[in-house]
Amino acid sequence: MLKFTDEHEWLKVEAGVATVGITEHAAGQLGDLVFVELPETGSTFAKGDTAATVESVKAASDVYCPLDGEIVEVNQAIVDDPSLVNSDPQGAAWFFKLKLADPNAADALLDEAAYKELVA
Amino acid sequence: MEDISHLKHTPLRALHLSLGARMVPFAGYEMPVQYPDGVMKEHLHTRTAAGLFDVSHMGQVIVRPKSGKIEDAALALEKLVPVDVLGLGEGRQRYAIFTNAEGGILDDLMIANRGDHLFLVVNAACKDADFEHLKKGLSDSCEVTMLDDRALIALQGPHAEAVLGELWADVSAMRFMDVAEADLHDVTCIISRSGYTGEDGFEISIPSISAADVTQRLLEHPDVKPIGLGARDALRLEAGLCLYGNDIDTTTTPVEGAIEWAMQKARRAGGAREGGFPGADRILGQFAQGASRRRVGLKPEGRAPVRGGANLFADTEGKTLVGKVTSGGFGPTVDGPIAMGYVDATHTDNGTAVYAEVRGKYLPVVVTALPFVKQTYKR
Repeated sequence: MLKFTDEHEWLKVEAGVATVGITEHAAGQLGDLVFVELPETGSTFAKGDTAATVESVKAASDVYCPLDGEIVEVNQAIVDDPSLVNSDPQGAAWFFKLKLADPNAADALLDEAAYKELVA
Repeated sequence: MEDISHLKHTPLRALHLSLGARMVPFAGYEMPVQYPDGVMKEHLHTRTAAGLFDVSHMGQVIVRPKSGKIEDAALALEKLVPVDVLGLGEGRQRYAIFTNAEGGILDDLMIANRGDHLFLVVNAACKDADFEHLKKGLSDSCEVTMLDDRALIALQGPHAEAVLGELWADVSAMRFMDVAEADLHDVTCIISRSGYTGEDGFEISIPSISAADVTQRLLEHPDVKPIGLGARDALRLEAGLCLYGNDIDTTTTPVEGAIEWAMQKARRAGGAREGGFPGADRILGQFAQGASRRRVGLKPEGRAPVRGGANLFADTEGKTLVGKVTSGGFGPTVDGPIAMGYVDATHTDNGTAVYAEVRGKYLPVVVTALPFVKQTYKR
C-alpha cells in the first residue's frame, strides 16, 4: 500500500512496517541535497515530530514522522550520498522504516491520486 | 505559494522565466534563485567556465561635482566613507563602506572614478537609504543621481575574458578593478573587472532597453550559463566575501568585520586625511587597540552545514558563548560545509576549535583563514 502525506512524505506499508521517504516533488523543491541526518534505530516518534533533517546548499528542512511508531531501520546510503535523494527519491533513497503503533493508521493518509492532485 | 506580485522586476525578468528560473523575493525584487540546472551545477560551472548573473536590483548612482573637478566629488564622498577616494585614479574602482556615527556599517559599495564623475554601485536593500544619505551629505558640492534606466549583469569565471573577446570586445588589457566603456552588441556599456564570486570576471552596466539583447547573446555562447542567487551566495561565501546584512551591518565596525584592508593609509591614523568620516574615533581607536570580537572563517569538521544564527561556544556543553555564525552553508567547490561569523578576541587564531549549536548538538568547528577557495583575480 503506497500512501502520502501533505508534508510530502511517501509511505510503503507492508505488514505493519512503513518504509518512509520524501516525494519526487519534495526532492525537486529542495534542490541538490548535501547532508542528511537520520533518526536512531529504536527511537520512537509521534506523528508530526521531526524525525530527520535534510540540507541543501541553501537551507535545512525537517522531515516529519508521518505516523506514530518506532524506527526499526535507517538507510545509511543516503547519509553517505545525499544526492541519491535527488536522483531516486521514491526508490533507493528511502529514509527509514517505521513500525507503526497502529497498523491501520495509514489508511487515513492520502492515496497517490489525492497526492498528485495536491501538488498539481 | 508566496505572493510575489507586489515585487519589483529587473529588465531581465522575462528572460529568467523563459530559462525556467525559480523566482523568489529578494530585497524587494523578484529574482531568480536557481535555474533548472540547480545550485550545485551552476556553482561549479561558474568556477570552471563562465556564469552570468542578473544583479540589476543593485543601485547604480552617479555623483557629479558641480565644480567639474573630480577631486571635489572625491573629497565630499570621503566625508561618508573611510576610504581613499581622492587617490582613486581615473578608470579605477575601489570597495568602500558607508559608516555611521558609532562606527557601524550602513552599507558596502563600489566606487569607480569615471573621469568627470564617480559611479557607485550599492546594495539593493539599502539603495534608497544610501541615495538619501548621499544627497544629504553631498548636495552642496555634487549632483547625486540614481540611475533607474540601467541593468547590471555579472559575467564571472575563468572563461569570462575569452567570451567577451570572442563576442565583442578585447578586455584582456583590463586588470582587476579597472573600469572602462566598451561596445557590447553595439551597445555602449560600462564594464568593471570585478565581481562577487572570487573568480576573475566582469560586471557590466547596460542601458535597460538593451539589457535582454546583450544578456541573451551572452547566454548563446556555449561557455556561459545563467546563475541564480543560490549559487551566488555559495560562491561569495567560499570567496570569503561579506554579505551586507548578514556578515556586516550597523552593529559591526570595519575592524570587527575584518575589512580594515578597505581603509587605505591616507584615512588611518597618521595618514594625509586621517579620520573625517562618521565613527572615526571608534574605528581608529579599534585600529590602535583592537576590537573585542572579529569576523573569521569557520570550517565545520563534520558534513553537517552550520547556518547563520548558530551560536558558537568554547566547550561542547554550551556553557561559554564565544560568538555567532553570520553566514553558513555548503561550499560545492570545497565539497563540504563552510561558514563565517564573529568570535571574541581570544578565539580568533586560525586552528582554534569552537563548537556550533545545531539542533541541540555542539558540532566542532575550526577557525580558518579566508577565503576557502583561492581568489583568481587578474591583478
